[in-house]
Amino acid sequence: MSRYFDEMNGKGEGLREPYARIQNWLKGLGPDQVHKALGDAEAIFRKQGITFAVYGSGEASERLIPFDIVPRVFAAQEWRRLSLGIEQRVRALNAFLHDIYHRQEIIRAGRIPREAIINNAAFVPEMMGLDPARGIYSHIIGIDIVRTGDNDFHVLEDNCRTPSGVSYMLEDREAMMYLFPQLFAQQRVAPVEHYPVMLRSTLESVAPPACKGEPVIVLLTPGIHNSAFFEHAFLADEMGVELCEGNDLFVSDGWLYMRTTQEPKKVDVVYRRIDDAYLDPLTFRPDSALGVPGIFDVYRAGRVTLVNAPGTGLADDKAIYSYIPDVVEFYTGERPLLKNVPTWRCAEADSLAYVLDHLAELVVKEVHGSGGYGMLVGPTSSKAEIEAFRAKLKANARNYIAQPTLALSTVPTFAAQGLAPRHVDLRPFVLSGDKIRITPGGLTRVALKEGSLVVNSSQGGGTKDTWVLED
Amino acid sequence: MQLTIKHITHYAYDTALDYSIQRLLLTPHSFASQSVKSWQVSAPGMAQAMQYRDAFGNKVHLITSNPGSGAYDIVAEGVVEVRDVAGVVQGLSVPVPDAVFLRQTAATLPSEPMEALLQGFGSAARAALPFLHELMAATHGAIAYETGTTHAHTTGAEAFAQGRGVCQDHAHVFIGLARKAGVPARYVTGYLVADDVSPAAHAWAEALVPDLGWVGFDAANLKCPTDHYVRVACGLDAAGTAPVRGCRRGGTGEHMSVEVRVEMSQQ
Repeated sequence: MSRYFDEMNGKGEGLREPYARIQNWLKGLGPDQVHKALGDAEAIFRKQGITFAVYGSGEASERLIPFDIVPRVFAAQEWRRLSLGIEQRVRALNAFLHDIYHRQEIIRAGRIPREAIINNAAFVPEMMGLDPARGIYSHIIGIDIVRTGDNDFHVLEDNCRTPSGVSYMLEDREAMMYLFPQLFAQQRVAPVEHYPVMLRSTLESVAPPACKGEPVIVLLTPGIHNSAFFEHAFLADEMGVELCEGNDLFVSDGWLYMRTTQEPKKVDVVYRRIDDAYLDPLTFRPDSALGVPGIFDVYRAGRVTLVNAPGTGLADDKAIYSYIPDVVEFYTGERPLLKNVPTWRCAEADSLAYVLDHLAELVVKEVHGSGGYGMLVGPTSSKAEIEAFRAKLKANARNYIAQPTLALSTVPTFAAQGLAPRHVDLRPFVLSGDKIRITPGGLTRVALKEGSLVVNSSQGGGTKDTWVLED
Repeated sequence: MQLTIKHITHYAYDTALDYSIQRLLLTPHSFASQSVKSWQVSAPGMAQAMQYRDAFGNKVHLITSNPGSGAYDIVAEGVVEVRDVAGVVQGLSVPVPDAVFLRQTAATLPSEPMEALLQGFGSAARAALPFLHELMAATHGAIAYETGTTHAHTTGAEAFAQGRGVCQDHAHVFIGLARKAGVPARYVTGYLVADDVSPAAHAWAEALVPDLGWVGFDAANLKCPTDHYVRVACGLDAAGTAPVRGCRRGGTGEHMSVEVRVEMSQQ
């Protein structure tokens, strides 16, 4: 019996139902066909221009994210259950943000220490008392979920700022439908292609009160040097909205405008993919050349909606993460349906002592890090790496949290030697506006290195198409 | 005391200005001990200004203009009646939970040598009011008032290290240490008429005293605000509370000067 839960074969007890047709298909797939499909897939992605930038690697900085042709499959029933947990969590995260930026009842109630919020770098005091349209702060959330068993799902991270990766989800599906149309004829797979339409509806539904008529929406990008620029251009194009850089927008007489070849056009909703700090030099970093001076003031006055709101990073902060089960209970009055990963806060002396004693078994992360940078994966690290990390951890303990290494589920994946189990996670994309819309499936990331548990594309991860079967 | 105030910020540029956007925190509130009898702000673009309240309840004007190459003035003026209540601020609504004023910013974050200052306080200083008076005296003693030694972006820790600075620096040091000691403290801007120097735009701190509420502490002058002080705006630090904060395109070689005139009359 395997130590890991394989989504096709369980823990060795045999084929799981959702993968029945996939297994048949794989049996009939010769090595030549596999080789050709992988080559075709790469050509498709190259043609689409889907690359991402890797920071800190010496060689070429633009890479293709490897794509694996074996889909990751959920049964309709499995997905329904998971969706309930996702929706509950997303509602709670938005309620939490509303509370923190108003009366801070959760602090008064003693459920989260004041210090964890007030001096948190992701807390934006300029947001206090502001009432965003429909009371929603994080309109687009990408929740990273890992599976450890048939019914065991854990949230690894709530990405509430500007989660990326949805373009890979869409392109993966398009590639699969092009390469293997017969698979989609054999069974009904819930469509994901309408994500841009859902996103647009969500953005329209949160137009500010000052907007009369059809809202004008733009996507604000930091520009071509951003690692996710391809996705910004892709989504703007798919939604039929303008892709803007900071210089394309300006504030005049208290309204936000976009430059056009004719008259300037008033803008109502800004889907911004610029970090809080760079959004507006008048309120945040004064040296930012990427943002729009005054855009925050116009937002504050209720004349434009920023998506996501500034300050939403508080809800996905790694120092806050361990409190999220309490957050869910506090705002929904229900037991959390999705589990957290047990987390040691290294800021607390007892926890730190435990973590230092068990570094070889744990994953240690920077509180404000992302993308898999600056973390220690104990079980796969050398003694020297662990000792080097120990010194860093001791020097600045409050900057770290630690978690057990989870037995992430695997899905069969084509490796050099043929089909082999590889660890995966899942990032479903959740939209909050007039209602909550969840993409069926999401982005499955796969750690392509044998035994690796790090799925980040910046650390050699790939992606898979994710299927939710329909009844 | 009735104070008639005229606060002029004068701008001139060597080359033409294409676009200018400015946020003005130049409008005082009325509260128990301060009554704004009349007040107005004039500036280019003021007729189309957007007005709103910021997170801390300050009255904000956002103006945009393209004044070209000409010089221009931003003028805030009016009449304010002030009573001496030993710096206690009552009847003023600042719409955030007090705990938000425990947040340290880059400008207020105490350095280790600053924190050492707190160690020297006697146990008598455990209660908030004596503690804050002692902190005000210590801050006053640690930084000699000397203009030209610090600038708008100097942090409290930097001013503390060199031992010289102006009212902004005194306020940052006081606020940073009060917050460190668990006392919510905020940065306040306004005007001061002193007997021995010309009237000026000024800055001081307010700290939360249990049972008393918010109380002003002017470490630069070693006293709590009197009826010679007019309170305009508050925030976490100087950058967030600047009377005028702006961005511009074009307009190299900016020359800015500030002039404050105050006439006093007993009621």
